[in-house]
Amino acid sequence: MLHIYCPHCCEYREEEEFHCKGQAHIARPLDPDNCSEQEWANFIFFRKNTKGQHQELWHHSAGCGKFFNVSRNTITYKIEQSYLLGTAPQPVLDVNKEGKA
Amino acid sequence: MAQVNRTQAGGRINRGKPLSFTYNGKQFTGYEGDTLASALLANGVDIIGRSFKYSRPRGIVAAGAEEPNAVMQVGATEATQVPNVRATQQALFNGLTCSAVAGWPNVDFDLMSYVGKIGGKMMPPGFYYKTFMGPAGMWPIYEKYIRKAAGLGKAPKEKDVDIYDAMNRHADVVVVGSGPAGLAAARAAASSGARVILADEQEEFGGSLLHSSETINGKPAAEWVTEVVAELAGNKNVVLLPRATVNGLHDHNFLTIHERLTDHLGDRAPTVDGVQMARHRMHKVRAHCVILATGAQERPIVFANNDVPGVMGASAVATYINRYGVVPGKTLVVGTANDDGYDAAIAWKKAGRDVAAIVDSRPGADGDRVEEARQLGIKIIFGSVVYDAKGQTRVKAAKVGAVSPDGKKLIGDKLDISCDTIATSGGWSPVVHLSCHSGTRPQWDDKIIGFVPGDCYENRLYVGGISGNYELGACLTDGQAAGENAAKSAGFTPDTPRANYQTKAVKVSAPMALFVAPHEKPFSRAPKQFVDYQNDVTAGGIELAVREGFESIEHVKRYTALGFGTDQGKLGNINGMAIAAQVRGATIPEVGTTVFRPNYTPIAFGAIAGRNAGELFDPKRYTAMQSWHEANGALFEDVGQWKRPWYYPKPGETMQQSLDRECLATRESVGILDASTLGKIDIQGKDAREFLGRVYTNAWAKLAVGKCRYGLMCGEDGMVFDDGVTSCLAENHFLMTTTSGGAAHVLEWLELYHQTEWPELEVFMTSVTDHWATMTISGPNSRKLLEQVSEGIDLDKDAFKFMDWRQGKVDGIPSRVFRISFTGELSYEINVPANYGLQVWKKLMEVGAQYNITPYGTETMHILRAEKGFIIAGQDTDGSVTPQDLGMSWAVSMNKPFSFIGKRGMNRQDPTRANRKELVGIKTKDPKVVLVEGAAAVNERNYKQGSNVVQGHITSSYYSAVLGRSIALGMIKDGFNRMGETVYYPTMDGSVIEAEICSPVFYDPKGDRQNV
Ligand SMILES: [Zn+2]
Repeated sequence: MLHIYCPHCCEYREEEEFHCKGQAHIARPLDPDNCSEQEWANFIFFRKNTKGQHQELWHHSAGCGKFFNVSRNTITYKIEQSYLLGTAPQPVLDVNKEGKA
Repeated sequence: MAQVNRTQAGGRINRGKPLSFTYNGKQFTGYEGDTLASALLANGVDIIGRSFKYSRPRGIVAAGAEEPNAVMQVGATEATQVPNVRATQQALFNGLTCSAVAGWPNVDFDLMSYVGKIGGKMMPPGFYYKTFMGPAGMWPIYEKYIRKAAGLGKAPKEKDVDIYDAMNRHADVVVVGSGPAGLAAARAAASSGARVILADEQEEFGGSLLHSSETINGKPAAEWVTEVVAELAGNKNVVLLPRATVNGLHDHNFLTIHERLTDHLGDRAPTVDGVQMARHRMHKVRAHCVILATGAQERPIVFANNDVPGVMGASAVATYINRYGVVPGKTLVVGTANDDGYDAAIAWKKAGRDVAAIVDSRPGADGDRVEEARQLGIKIIFGSVVYDAKGQTRVKAAKVGAVSPDGKKLIGDKLDISCDTIATSGGWSPVVHLSCHSGTRPQWDDKIIGFVPGDCYENRLYVGGISGNYELGACLTDGQAAGENAAKSAGFTPDTPRANYQTKAVKVSAPMALFVAPHEKPFSRAPKQFVDYQNDVTAGGIELAVREGFESIEHVKRYTALGFGTDQGKLGNINGMAIAAQVRGATIPEVGTTVFRPNYTPIAFGAIAGRNAGELFDPKRYTAMQSWHEANGALFEDVGQWKRPWYYPKPGETMQQSLDRECLATRESVGILDASTLGKIDIQGKDAREFLGRVYTNAWAKLAVGKCRYGLMCGEDGMVFDDGVTSCLAENHFLMTTTSGGAAHVLEWLELYHQTEWPELEVFMTSVTDHWATMTISGPNSRKLLEQVSEGIDLDKDAFKFMDWRQGKVDGIPSRVFRISFTGELSYEINVPANYGLQVWKKLMEVGAQYNITPYGTETMHILRAEKGFIIAGQDTDGSVTPQDLGMSWAVSMNKPFSFIGKRGMNRQDPTRANRKELVGIKTKDPKVVLVEGAAAVNERNYKQGSNVVQGHITSSYYSAVLGRSIALGMIKDGFNRMGETVYYPTMDGSVIEAEICSPVFYDPKGDRQNV
């Protein structure tokens, strides 16, 4: 069971408080009506199957109700960091350690 | 029977406290401190089971968790039965009752042994794949006999009388294992003030020190253990968990620790001061650092007929003698490839019994223990192996032969040595199991001839035997360092000065890598050389698997079932890999590594369930009117976690009679439904209206205050996933309703879009499902009824129209009344604060009596809405259905300025193609026949099976009392264009039901009744 840092609550919580909502950083096209079939299919169906560092969207469903992103290694399951929506993962910052301090 | 194998003195048993126990119906006596296994051995019980495939007699071979044979059914009563208990891990208590699980009809006279030889030939490796591939229907028959014949134990037939417990914990340092390394680590970590948990699966802390003859700081090792444990027990930051198996080490240092609180006390958990104790407790621990000090398990040497009772592990023999005062035989032969095997011979000799010989595969050795054995006058035969055992139900002799220096071939002379016990030691396998649980593969280490834990990013440390370090002094100092480092990593400072550990160095001669003793014949022709006792996997079987092309050990394991028993192959896996490697001419790492999965040892279901059993299995949600429903005989249906009245049978009624009565009463006068479970989401903010327009398929821009509108919610793929009515409470304030089961999902969906896509919209959403009690009165008399109980609402049909809502009082309680209808009748949905729900419901029942007001449940609700062709999202839809497929294009506004969720999706190629399945009504030719939901439609009565033959399926099907016939809704390909056509529904019994495609609106097609 993962131990996840919620950047809104600023605390580590058990995985059972969260729902994973899949790959992060998939923006809804701004003009859906003019998307080609392929573009729309890419948006709704096609996802990476990353081996290694992977950014995913999580919901603190049994907590604050907020969504946030997590950068997690799909081989080791190590969570490099949790970060807010609308921001990019920080290449160096390690919230696992920062959060504990 | 007397305890024939008990020593005169010694061991950690309490000879002043004899305990009686029953094994296979016979009474025996052991002592406090015994395990069930040591007590059985003390009593000279040789055979404790029959093997799975060949039904060969088997005896106890090990002294710990790795025991494959001594698997018992424990329990004095039916309700306290526990299957698959390892006798080596069950503490003896007075009155313990057990039986061997293997052996049918019993272990001493075993029917299967007569067919065993034939059975064995019939069950080669790959047996499951080869034999049970088909015919498909035969498996239950095979299974019945296999299960009966094999030692798999039996589940209790009665409810467990014990209770189980669970506890969440946080720790800075968890130490797993309490041998020298674990104790030193726990002590060092605890000295810093860190929160430490020390868990060990045994009855006592101490691990190997409990049967060791070594000293620490000049004292016997066991004394040191007592001191350290007392010190730890006195530290309030330390939690000591004996009899606690760390069964899983999961991601981010999450541990599941299974503590057996009372298994050592009696058949069931005792009652203390009137309170029943929990039998087991599951500790769920999140640790900052985990120190694995799990030690190592001795690897036996594989040889021919090595399963005859009397063949044991050398360290197990030493443990039984030194710790339990049990010498499990009269005359011993040791077969070893290292110095550790000598311990068994030394202990045996010192206990006053005969050691016939130590057979050492090495050309020579000069370790301290070799010298000690020599001085005790024990005969040592170097350069030789025990390659075969004589005997059927007990070892009679060991066949010994000289072996080539590489251990691969027998050379020169052979001789038989009479004995009744053969103890072997092929070296040690670090107990790496827990290190594998979160995916890390162990690494082969040539130096220690074993697997050690692989690299892992988690904060974990490995000390002592698990890292291949078997020397006492090093275990203590490494454990100490690990404890200090673990504490530091959690932000603590270890105590200074450090504890000092003095041990006497033991000279150890180099071990030899020997996994299997060569026989005169090759693997395939030699007598059976068992690798995995529990699954009867032999060296010959592994060779056959490799010959048939299974090269990776993962394939070999699946083909032979190596390691697939309840013991997870703790004794056999490494030997199996070594044999596969030898057959392939490869190295062990080339054959692959093996991964162990949770749980380390079998665990009771009760311990997993904990308190979440029976009434507490799952939360139950009740509406404010639950007590009334119960008092009035409702039967209940689960809708998500909600308990909803299903229907209200009257005495003597069949279910259909109840439904007919409820339906007709509603259509003819007035019915009442508890609709409180409908999801309710309060939506506010200046952009609330815009937000609704984006998440619903229809238009919301013009919905006036006081008005309600039905909406469909789709995914981005254009498929319907929920529906409901949303009402405009004020200009920037709406109340959305969702399906009862979909409420949480819908709220999460709305939040997802608000937070990720449109954070600029000012909108706030709150679940208010539980705040309101909702009762729907439906039927031609509902207005008259409402008039009599409400105030402040003009109920005139033109003042309060269909799809309006009004605020007022019902039974004096401030209410919101919505004139919406899911039955097609004149209906009012009355919402009052939940605390007043019961009062208002009772008032409606009381005043409504004059109209024969009739409560109805979900089943009648389903029938009434189906008569009107109203869908239920999740029943008539399945995630592949667009609004257009439902004939609900009227609820989709393609002209909205914002491209709402689902618009682009439903305009894709596939959702817009011709010949899609569409929701239609289905009328059976015979009006009395009610189709089964899920029934598939075909075009011809005598249809031919094949692809594309199915035209659709039934999604809803009922008997309609008001129509006097059956009705159904279903998907049919191109259904809208096929009105009046005939389709056929084949049934399970071979008959075919003929039906006609029709409009889904069966009753009041113009909708007059709801607009009165
Ligand atoms: Zn949170």
